[in-house]
Amino acid sequence: MNQRDARRLSLILLFMPFALWIVLLILLPHIGMGVLSLREKIAPRQYEFGFDNYIEFFTEPIYWHIMARTAVMSLIVTALALVIGFPVSYYIAKIAGPRTRGAMFMFCLIPLWVSDLIRAFGWILLLRETGVISGVLQWTGLISEPIELLYNDAAVIVGLVYTVMLFMIVPLTSTMDGMDDSMIEAGYNLGGNGLTVLRRIIIPYAMPGIISGSIIVFMLTAGSYLTPVLLGGKYSSWFTQTIYDQFITRYNWESGAAFGFLLLIFTSLVVWIGLKLSGQSLSSTVARS
Amino acid sequence: MRGRPPTCQHNAIQAGRHVTDSAVSDLECSNVCKNFGSVQAVKDVSFEIPSGSFFSILGPSGCGKTTLMRMIAGFEEPDSGDISIKGRSVLNVPPNRRNVKMVFQHLALFPMMNVFENIAYGLRCIGADRDEIKRKVQDVLNRVALPDVGGREIHQLSGGQKQRIAIARCMVLDPDVLLLDEPLGALDLKLREAMKIELKLLQHQFDTTFVYITHDQSEALVMSDRVAVMNNGRFEQIGSPQDLYHHPKTAFVAGFVGDSNRWTGRVSAVQGEEVMVETDGGMNARCRPGEGASVAAGDTVTLFVRPEFVHLTQGREALGENSLQGRVDNLLFNGANSRALVRMGSGELVEVDVTLTGGADDVKPTDDVALSWSAENAICFPSGEGR
Repeated sequence: MNQRDARRLSLILLFMPFALWIVLLILLPHIGMGVLSLREKIAPRQYEFGFDNYIEFFTEPIYWHIMARTAVMSLIVTALALVIGFPVSYYIAKIAGPRTRGAMFMFCLIPLWVSDLIRAFGWILLLRETGVISGVLQWTGLISEPIELLYNDAAVIVGLVYTVMLFMIVPLTSTMDGMDDSMIEAGYNLGGNGLTVLRRIIIPYAMPGIISGSIIVFMLTAGSYLTPVLLGGKYSSWFTQTIYDQFITRYNWESGAAFGFLLLIFTSLVVWIGLKLSGQSLSSTVARS
Repeated sequence: MRGRPPTCQHNAIQAGRHVTDSAVSDLECSNVCKNFGSVQAVKDVSFEIPSGSFFSILGPSGCGKTTLMRMIAGFEEPDSGDISIKGRSVLNVPPNRRNVKMVFQHLALFPMMNVFENIAYGLRCIGADRDEIKRKVQDVLNRVALPDVGGREIHQLSGGQKQRIAIARCMVLDPDVLLLDEPLGALDLKLREAMKIELKLLQHQFDTTFVYITHDQSEALVMSDRVAVMNNGRFEQIGSPQDLYHHPKTAFVAGFVGDSNRWTGRVSAVQGEEVMVETDGGMNARCRPGEGASVAAGDTVTLFVRPEFVHLTQGREALGENSLQGRVDNLLFNGANSRALVRMGSGELVEVDVTLTGGADDVKPTDDVALSWSAENAICFPSGEGR
């Protein structure tokens, strides 16, 4: 065996785990789901090829209402995460000293050490009728009787923003880290005020990070299940819940698979529109950071 | 050519302008101090720059020149002292309100905008209308001789072009003073040489005061009307390039500006204007004390002799005053800038400019030679001062 073959072999071996992951866990299940979603049930144990499962989604308003609701809520979560995450990232990348920077990154990471479930229960402890916030408000006399802060859209949004914040901060910080401080100074030097510098220099420069953070956050939010269910209650109407219902409660795998595909197509569409509107591309954003 | 000062004719013009405009100086700093914690970065710096001149601040890295420039631009506040532009103090004026523009070390062109947008940025900030922006940008692009690059992206430009766009971006705003923070540092040697001349020409063309910060003495000497040599937060000397080169006032200036042979020694005798110095290696040399420096017999001094003032004669016979015997150790061939390293009888090494024609009578290593220089061209300063 000559050296070129050896190199090729080592390349194949190194690439193998990734290839296995893609093929076994992404490609195969999706092909299976795709086939499944295109089966129409005409009688018990009798199936036929057709688009009925997809048509059902569009003819039954409740489904696409939930889908639209999920999309809008996810967009709100993404926007909030961006608005909160941007100043934090700017502080970490441009203002904090090197030592503070490491500490701040750690603080952002700590919530990830705790499982999703525990974090959601943390919110429940705070927000429920007998929870901390309600208790404090009663104690200070601002309200006279216990108040239920859980099981509404605001609770879901707050919980989701908290969960996904890190995925916004990391790409934003790494993009802004690469920005030369003198670029900001040049912005001021040439006559710009704080707002102009932010609008014309910092944000355009950070755009790849903004887009890549937003894509990750939007995808994670739209596909999340645990947080909306725990904080929003049984009727929080998240699309993933509908998929879960189809698979588990109604044992209708065909329709569940179709809904899964619809969610994938729909979120991809939103991302595509976002990329078009901002004039960025996948390779300049997610692939870069 | 080594870093020779600009021509005399040009300097005469500058001097004339200096007299007529002496009432309005574009930039004036008085007693400016700046500390970072316990470190004094800038110590009591005062200077005045007449309108339309090319002023350089020359100093080694860490001497405080960048801090000084950042204070002029408004990115740092001086702890004490005053900075005024066109006669008005700018101490409490934020950077975006000062009519001082800056070319940054790495230029800081905005990569997300094309050339046109980069130049238009400043005009947009002051609220110029579309037609005016278009006209002014095109005008300034013509003046930096890059009329067709408006639509290009920054990464499509060459190093020299970026340089000119960075200057154009500032000049389009018609600043009172343009600050340049070692903008040639990132360029390769050939381009740097070309840009030196170009910068000088651009300054002439725009007729704006340029304040140029550099650690490269040849850049400062070639381009400037006046140069301030800065060391350890202080200005050592301000003067024309010729002044600094021929009449340094401190040992630091003598050593930093231009090349010099440098020895420490002890004064053995003082005869009127001339001083006899015996170097630590045992070489005896006649020299004059630096301006304002007074030396007495027995003082330890540092002696400076520029390589081009040392005259080399082949053979063993000594010629004239201040003549010493030695042997060529090595030849450093560099075209017109060739040098010979001559080992003196006392063991010291002297750098001498030589002309190597390639002929048979060139000096060769191991040749015996005699070196001489006139006492006028050897300068000594008391040691411990301004090192």
